[in-house]
Amino acid sequence: MTPLLEVEDLRVTFETGDGPVHAVNGVSFALAEGETLAIVGESGSGKSQTAFAAMGLLARNGRATGAVRYRGRDLLGLSPRELNRVRASEISMIFQDPMTSLNPYLRVSEQMAEVLMLHKGMGRRAAVAEAARMLDLVRIPDAKARVHDYPHQFSGGMRQRIMVAMALLCGPKLLIADEPTTALDVTVQAQIMALLGEIRRELGTAIILITHDLGVVAGFCDRTLVLYGGQIMEEGPTDLIFARPTHPYTLGLLSAVPRIDREEETLLTIAGEPPDMSRLPPGCPFFPRCAFARPENETLRPPLVRLTDGRRRACNRPVEEILLAREAAQ
Amino acid sequence: MSVATQSQGQGGGGETPLLSVRDLRVTFEIRPRNAWPWTPSRRLRAVGGVSFDLAPGEVLGVVGESGSGKSTLARAIVGTVPAEGLIRFDGEDIARLSPEGRRARRRDIQMVFQDPLAALNPRMTVGEIVAEPLLTHFPRTPRAEVRRRVGEILERVGLLPSMINRYPHEFSGGQCQRIGIARALILRPRLLICDEPVSALDVSVQAQVVNLLRELRRDMGLAMIFIAHDLSVVRHVSDRILVMYLGRLMEIAPARALVAEPRHPYTQALIASVPIPDPVLERARTHPVLEGDLPSPLAPPSGCVFRTRCPKAREACAAEVPPAFEVGPAHRAACLFWDEPTPAFGRAAGAVAAAAEGAA
Amino acid sequence: MALTEPTVEAIVHREPPRGRSLWVDARRRFLRNRAATVSLVVLVLIALFAFFGQFLTPYDRATVDFSLIGINAQQGYPSLETRRYFGTDMEGRDLYARTVQGTRLSLMIGIVGSLVAVVVGTLYGAIAGYVGGRVDGVMMRIVDILLSIPFMFVLILLLVMFGRSLLMLFIGIGLISWLPMARIARGQTLSIKNKEFVEAAIATGVRPLTIILRHIVPNLAGVVIVYATLLIPEMIIYESFISFLGLGVQEPNTSLGALISRGAAQLGNGVPWQLGFPLFFFVTMLFAFYFVGDGLRDAIDPKDR
Repeated sequence: MTPLLEVEDLRVTFETGDGPVHAVNGVSFALAEGETLAIVGESGSGKSQTAFAAMGLLARNGRATGAVRYRGRDLLGLSPRELNRVRASEISMIFQDPMTSLNPYLRVSEQMAEVLMLHKGMGRRAAVAEAARMLDLVRIPDAKARVHDYPHQFSGGMRQRIMVAMALLCGPKLLIADEPTTALDVTVQAQIMALLGEIRRELGTAIILITHDLGVVAGFCDRTLVLYGGQIMEEGPTDLIFARPTHPYTLGLLSAVPRIDREEETLLTIAGEPPDMSRLPPGCPFFPRCAFARPENETLRPPLVRLTDGRRRACNRPVEEILLAREAAQ
Repeated sequence: MSVATQSQGQGGGGETPLLSVRDLRVTFEIRPRNAWPWTPSRRLRAVGGVSFDLAPGEVLGVVGESGSGKSTLARAIVGTVPAEGLIRFDGEDIARLSPEGRRARRRDIQMVFQDPLAALNPRMTVGEIVAEPLLTHFPRTPRAEVRRRVGEILERVGLLPSMINRYPHEFSGGQCQRIGIARALILRPRLLICDEPVSALDVSVQAQVVNLLRELRRDMGLAMIFIAHDLSVVRHVSDRILVMYLGRLMEIAPARALVAEPRHPYTQALIASVPIPDPVLERARTHPVLEGDLPSPLAPPSGCVFRTRCPKAREACAAEVPPAFEVGPAHRAACLFWDEPTPAFGRAAGAVAAAAEGAA
Repeated sequence: MALTEPTVEAIVHREPPRGRSLWVDARRRFLRNRAATVSLVVLVLIALFAFFGQFLTPYDRATVDFSLIGINAQQGYPSLETRRYFGTDMEGRDLYARTVQGTRLSLMIGIVGSLVAVVVGTLYGAIAGYVGGRVDGVMMRIVDILLSIPFMFVLILLLVMFGRSLLMLFIGIGLISWLPMARIARGQTLSIKNKEFVEAAIATGVRPLTIILRHIVPNLAGVVIVYATLLIPEMIIYESFISFLGLGVQEPNTSLGALISRGAAQLGNGVPWQLGFPLFFFVTMLFAFYFVGDGLRDAIDPKDR
């Protein structure tokens, strides 16, 4: 069976005044129907650009190569017009800042109805009713009346709900959420994540969750993909990745976050800073910060190898060594 | 009756507190845009009656969501925002000090900001930035001495003294935050106020800065007020934690007690909302979801400000502002019904499905 | 050992002792803009021409060659042979010398007007913006009131009342040039003063005047410089207009405006160089200033960084 979404050797390059910036460097993964995948990374990891490239939303100076196949159809080769149709009805995206996709001068009802009228050929009255129903679905209280409000009349959490409602309008099969809760408070984050969870369970929508927050990923995603310097460091079932990280970067990330259910003396840290994407080292991008680095990996990029337990990782160190280190750390 | 009249449960034991805050209130006048001169301005109460003590060398964490007034509280203590109520530092009432005296007092209270790059003047070199507090309070310091102390403090925060001639934009976020910390520490203050010091940093860099702050506190005997929205980080660095909601104190307790036995329903909701990076644990946890939104601070609810979202709320909550009850050793919670169990939050799961079916 | 403790060494390896200030960055971006760079070179050449051009000619701007009066169109044409590079004007005076002096005057008017704007306008705006409240209200209303007075009218009145003099012209231009600058500086100050580095300075106890001079004004510099560059041609146009009306500088001094005015009057008399040369310098200079101003704006305030 063909996967819902298949990304193959995706590369994204931006031409800037200071030379090319390689944001994504050969990322491949597949997503089944109804599956949830987390793309985890820090700033400059290429996590958002991966999604933008897939959606044809790259900035004008950006260029994507490779393949992004949605149900076997390559999206990178589509004309803007065809891509628009896919975006409207098959794949939707929600962003960190809801105001980037909401027009502040239009009522929510108009914005939502427009989408329905355009892509589903609904009449205005039916479209507005459907919009109100979607708002109710994402639990906006008093949705029938509030659908006629302007975006600024809603709180941050409510706006993100509206975004989710808009994204679901045409019943997409895939929802890409780019840091959907980063700008929100924790209690509101919990609300939004609960909402996304219900959507996945009850509507069967596949979700790609792009985030830097490992906590959010843990309770939500079937699989996790860890990006660094535009390359996959490790990818596999979430439970495995969190319980037994086999890449030094994953291990470092997991050890660097304090946990509310634990009392750590000192946090283990990853030395150094996230990479400068315009000056990536030729070898493993994590090399300069890696506690396990081998000298040859300064120039030699370790291949992404599939392990027996179903995950993939790009590191030359034996798995046991990293697992031992994790035990020692705990 | 207000919170201030209640007895104050303190964490620092019998010592005299370094900082003592009583019934601190900050009110902003909001003038509507293009208003007539005689239109009365609206009053926004950013902080309403917060009291606590801070012992020398103690770290008090302040958590709250946006609009909780935690940053305003910090600014009131630093003195960049006018406040009512009593702020006593080292036994001295700061409000009674002369402007000169207050200026001198600022040596002892320094601040670290949220946005590391915005907190540094882009036109000044790192050396100039770090030396500024020193030269402001001791303008006659010889150049060589300034240089030596700047170098020393840069080294202390993990930077190289040779960086002094470079500019902030040449550094990463984590390094900029170290520069900000160096600037705050060059006068050897006794109280460091950190306003969301790591929330703008990358995950892998956050831990570096958190560790640095913990080290500095240990080595320099610094007292700290550590403000953040991330309860996990706050709990990691703090001895005690103060929870704020809509400008009011909800609960204050030793860090361990607060996380293990939260007494205020808001604290409970907050802790339950914090995700844990462990899939097995996380799936097993029930996630009670706090309904609704923060009320407008221009028109806060009467009585307990949390009552509009509180699963325990009843009539009595609307009548009066609940005082901070002594609920345990050094543990205060501002809830009338703190000793009753909290019912589950939120609508039942499956509501989305019901709504979807209803329309299909 | 699992992971290293925060290591200083890893954070910094390479250490150039001198920092790359924002100005260095801006210069690099400016030089990459070809139109702006060429315009800057042109401006430098024009400035050299204006200040040293008189040494290349044996004639001065005031001496009248009576033999040429009346037969200007036949004898007074531009020629390298007679060393009348730009020909002569109706009075038989050397047009090259006059253009040199006119360009110099126009340049100076522009630069002085712009300088006054930079110094007075920036400080005024920065203080109003930083102090805020009632002080800001009063200070900015004053600017509004001054701006609402038709400036050209006042300037003409001044010149008529106090006589036409270079000093009066400078005073008049200086008086109004700073007003828009004050508004711009204030607007910028309002956004800068909410930056955390200003708050940090306040929290440390730095005095307000020091904050304005050390933290606000240097950060205004980018906008101010761009605006000042664009203000220069504006001032030159003002002066030219006044001179065109015959109210500007007094003979034997001249300015580009006065030269263009007289050249235009002779347009039908077969002496096109009398309009052509001053006009060429005028237009070239304005274009160059605008290009440089645009280049500076892109270089100093790059939104896409």
